[in-house]
Parts: sequence; C-alpha cells; structure tokens
Amino acid sequence: MQTQTARIRRWGGRVGHFGILAAFTTFCTFPFYWMLITTFKQTNELIDSNINPFILHNPPTLENLRILFVDTLYGQWMLNTLIVGVAVVAITLLVAVPAGYSLARLSGRWGQQLAIGIFLTYLIPPTILFIPFSRIVGNLGLQDSLWSLVLVYPSFTVPFCTWLMMGFFKTIPRDIEEAAMIDGLSRFGAFLKVVVPISTAGILTVVIFTFTLVMQEFVYALTFITSSSQYTVSVGVPTFLVRGDVYFWGSLMGACLIVSLPIAILYNLFVDRFVAGFTVGAIK
Amino acid sequence: MQTISRNTISKGGRGHFLEDEKWLGRFMLAPAVIYIVALVGLPFLLAIYYSLSDVTVGSRSLHFVGMDNFRHILDSNTFWRSLRNTLVFTLVSQLLVVVLGNILAMALYKNFRGKWLVRFLILLPWVAPISLGSIGWLWIFDPVYSVINWSGRALGIFAPTTWPIWLGQPNLAMASVIMVDVWRLLPLSTVIILAGLSSIPQDIHDAAAVDGIGFWRRLFQITLPLLMPIMLVALLFGIVFTVTDMIVIYVLTRGGPYDTTQVLSSLAFFTGIQGGDLAEGAAISLFLFPLLVAVAILFLTLARRTEVT
Repeated sequence: MQTQTARIRRWGGRVGHFGILAAFTTFCTFPFYWMLITTFKQTNELIDSNINPFILHNPPTLENLRILFVDTLYGQWMLNTLIVGVAVVAITLLVAVPAGYSLARLSGRWGQQLAIGIFLTYLIPPTILFIPFSRIVGNLGLQDSLWSLVLVYPSFTVPFCTWLMMGFFKTIPRDIEEAAMIDGLSRFGAFLKVVVPISTAGILTVVIFTFTLVMQEFVYALTFITSSSQYTVSVGVPTFLVRGDVYFWGSLMGACLIVSLPIAILYNLFVDRFVAGFTVGAIK
Repeated sequence: MQTISRNTISKGGRGHFLEDEKWLGRFMLAPAVIYIVALVGLPFLLAIYYSLSDVTVGSRSLHFVGMDNFRHILDSNTFWRSLRNTLVFTLVSQLLVVVLGNILAMALYKNFRGKWLVRFLILLPWVAPISLGSIGWLWIFDPVYSVINWSGRALGIFAPTTWPIWLGQPNLAMASVIMVDVWRLLPLSTVIILAGLSSIPQDIHDAAAVDGIGFWRRLFQITLPLLMPIMLVALLFGIVFTVTDMIVIYVLTRGGPYDTTQVLSSLAFFTGIQGGDLAEGAAISLFLFPLLVAVAILFLTLARRTEVT
C-alpha cells in the first residue's frame, strides 16, 4: 500500500511538472509559431476563417519574404541596426567596463551611493528624455542620421552595463589582482592584463545585452529618424509594412522572426552570467 | 557571493597605494559619469524646464508658465484615468509575473532531459524586439481573424456569429495588454528567480527533508524567504520596465478604446509628440518619476536588508 501511494504521488508529480512546463512553453512560444506559419501562408489563406489556421493548407509561399527583402529596405534596416549596434557596443565597453571596475574596487562608501545613483538613472525613461533630445539632436544637426542614435543610445546602455560589470567584478576574488600587483604590475596594469582577460564572459554579456537593447529601441528611432533608408529594424518594419489599415501580416511576421532567432540563440549561451551580473549588483 | 568579507582585507598594509588608487578610481569612472550627466542629467533638467514652460513642437521661443501645465493636467480626466490604468497595468501584470515566474523557475530548477531547449524557448519573448513581438500579438488579437476566436468557435466556447473583440472592448483590452506584458517580462523574472533558487545551499533542502517538512511549509517558510531579496530585484526591474514602456500599448491599442488602456507614458507621447504640446507632454512624463525613485530605493533597501547570509 505504502509504496503504491508513493508511486502514484511520484507519477502525479511528474505529470504535473510536465504539464506546467508544457503550458508555459506554449504561452511563451505560441506567438513565434504563429509568426512562422503566417510567414509562409498565402494571403487568401490568411483571411479564410473556415479552415484550420494552425496548419498550412497550400504549399508554403515565399512571396511574403520576397516583399520583405525586395519591396522594402529590410536588408538596409538590418545593416543600419548592425552599424548602430556595433558603434554603441564599442562606446559602451570603453566607458562602462572601467567604470564598473572602479565602482567594484576603487571606491569606498561614496561608490555605493554613486552606484545606486547610476542605477536610478535607469528610472528616467526615454519617454521623459525624447522630448528634450529631439531638440538637442536638431540643434546638433543630427536629425535623420544614424549618428543621432549612436550618440543617444549609450545614455541607457552605459548605466545598465556599468551596473552589470560592477556586479561581475565583485565576484572576482581580489587575490588575483593582489598577486599580480605584488609581481610588480600597477593597479591599472593588473586591471588591463589580468582582470579584463578573465572577464571575457562578463564583457560578452555586456556586448550581447547592449546589442539587444539597441535592437529593441523604438521611441528614439521613431522620433529622430524620418527617412526610410535610415530606419532601424524595430521602427522600419512596423512603419513600412503597415499601410493605413492594411497590414502585410506575412512579411511582418517573417521580419520579426528573422531578427529574433539569432539573438535568442546567443542570449541563451550567456543568460547565467547575465543574471548573475544583474542581481549581484543590486544585492551587494 | 563569496566575496562578502573581503573589504576588510584590502584596507591594511598598502598606505602609499591608496592615494593613487583614489585618483585612478575617479579617472576610470569619469567617462561614465560625464556621459550620464550630459546625456541623462541635462536632458532630464531640460524636461523639467519644459514642463514649466509653454514650449510646442513648432515654437522657437518659450515662456516660463510656472505650474500651469501641472494644474492643467490635474484637471483633466484623461490624466487621472491614465494614472489609474498605469497602476492597474503595472500591479496586475507584475503580480502575475512574480507568481508565474516562481512556478516556472521551480519547474525549471529540476533536472530533466531537454532543459536547455525549454529554457531557450522560454527566453524568446524577452529577446524579440518589443515592437515586433507586439505586432505578433496584434495579429493574434485581430478583430476578424484572431486565432483565439477561431479556436474558441471550433471548441464551441464562442457562438459562431459573436465573438470578443480583444482590443476593442475596455476590460478585454486591458486584459490583453496585461497578457502581452506578462508574456514579455516573464522570462526575465524566471531566469532571475532561477538563479536565486540555484544559490540556495543544498544542505538546507537536505536538512528540511530529514526533518520531514512538507512541500508547502518548505515553500513558504524556507524557499520563499530565502528568495526574497532576489525576487525584489526581479520585481523592481519588472515594475520599471512596465511603467516606463509605451511600445506594447502604442502598437496594440494606442491607448484605446476610449483611453481605457492609456497609461502615463503613452499619454505623454501622444500629447508631446503627436499633439505637439511638448510642455504638457514633458509634465505628464515627469509625473511618475518621484514614485519610481521611491519604489526603487525601497526595494533596494529591502533587498539588502532581507538578504540572508
């Protein structure tokens, strides 16, 4: 009797575990499945509400992807996003990595306060800043230029990545630098030659995170950029594939899927580091 | 987690280094501080200045009008409705995110085959650009071709001729945008809580198992209290992302129907950029800032205080 109830309970637990995972996975991925299937559907199939929409009834069409790559500047937008992304990543690394180290090691009590202050700048959202920025960008003559985005995007990547790097450096044992300094390196030398090389994972996390933020950004790009050849993906796609009331659903869904998947794969490799940096900074 | 007590060690012994290090620290920090002051601090002050003026998109000159914009805002019903919507939107979605995030993190904590695949799939909503993910949902909620409604009709839940217009009916529209926000933020909260779970030492679970403590007691008296600091951090980020974001609402409902999903950040955008009234837009957008700062300080203090070492 005893073993049988135990077995039933264990079975129940396993089924429940599987059920929970299945439900959550469905919730999280259904929109992507939906994008995938919509991308390859013909338009007349999309608007036929009598047939089962979950599967393809006609052979998959490449027309939606053709519209995306031939009739819109999707390729150009991806290139723009990449250019802005690389430039912003470079600026962020140069600024945030030393700052994170300084906050983790070289500053005392006021460093703590400053770290919280840097975090608090994260609470000033683009929805507050884009109004003054639209004037600043105009006065600098940068409107409609990718450089406006390169200038402005570090305003949200730098605070966050400083915070991430600070958390990351705090997890590195001090002995490592102290040993290097006893061997005759200066503090800065120890930072460059010892700490940075063993922090590759943290730095890659910053790179990926910055790039994701750049790709996601919408409000600034919508406000500063008006000509189609300068758009980034997140603004170009909704602007050009929604014409009044006409939505090019197939192409929209394809566009979304193509940019999401590669980043998701990269992200998955670094998620643990990323989370560690995220939380250590806040708690310690 | 291992470096807690190191601070005390480095203080002693290297007097002559200290001066240098102070300056080095400042030097390494300076670029970040300058960037933040120039590109967050100054525009922020400019936003405050605008909110006290009568600047519009077209105007070149601006006049100081004191608190007029704020008075005008406080008189408008749309503002109060948006404030209420912001609170409902944030509280409900974050409550759901924390509860669901805990359940999902505990399910993912166990070892099973294909775990990396499940984690990869669950991270997708967080990684996809928000504007594009929201467009995916726009298509799912389509008034005519909604897949939810098709399934409902096929299962006989909805009548063949009448069905819900997800984004067109006040309460449903709010429920829909909350759902999309939960969808987007659940992955982040889950991975953060999962990291917290992994950092709980195994001996604690073992000790509880030896003492024969049941699942629910263990959950509420051991696991959740130990998770509290990290959950507060997850919650703080969730609140910040939700309150300051306008993309989900901009794409899905534009604040409609009848402003029932209008939140402060979207209202600021529509007033300031589309309506051209920069001053009032700035005033609206500034409204939640003091509240956010208070929430952040409270949460960070709580997180530090409740940390069990």
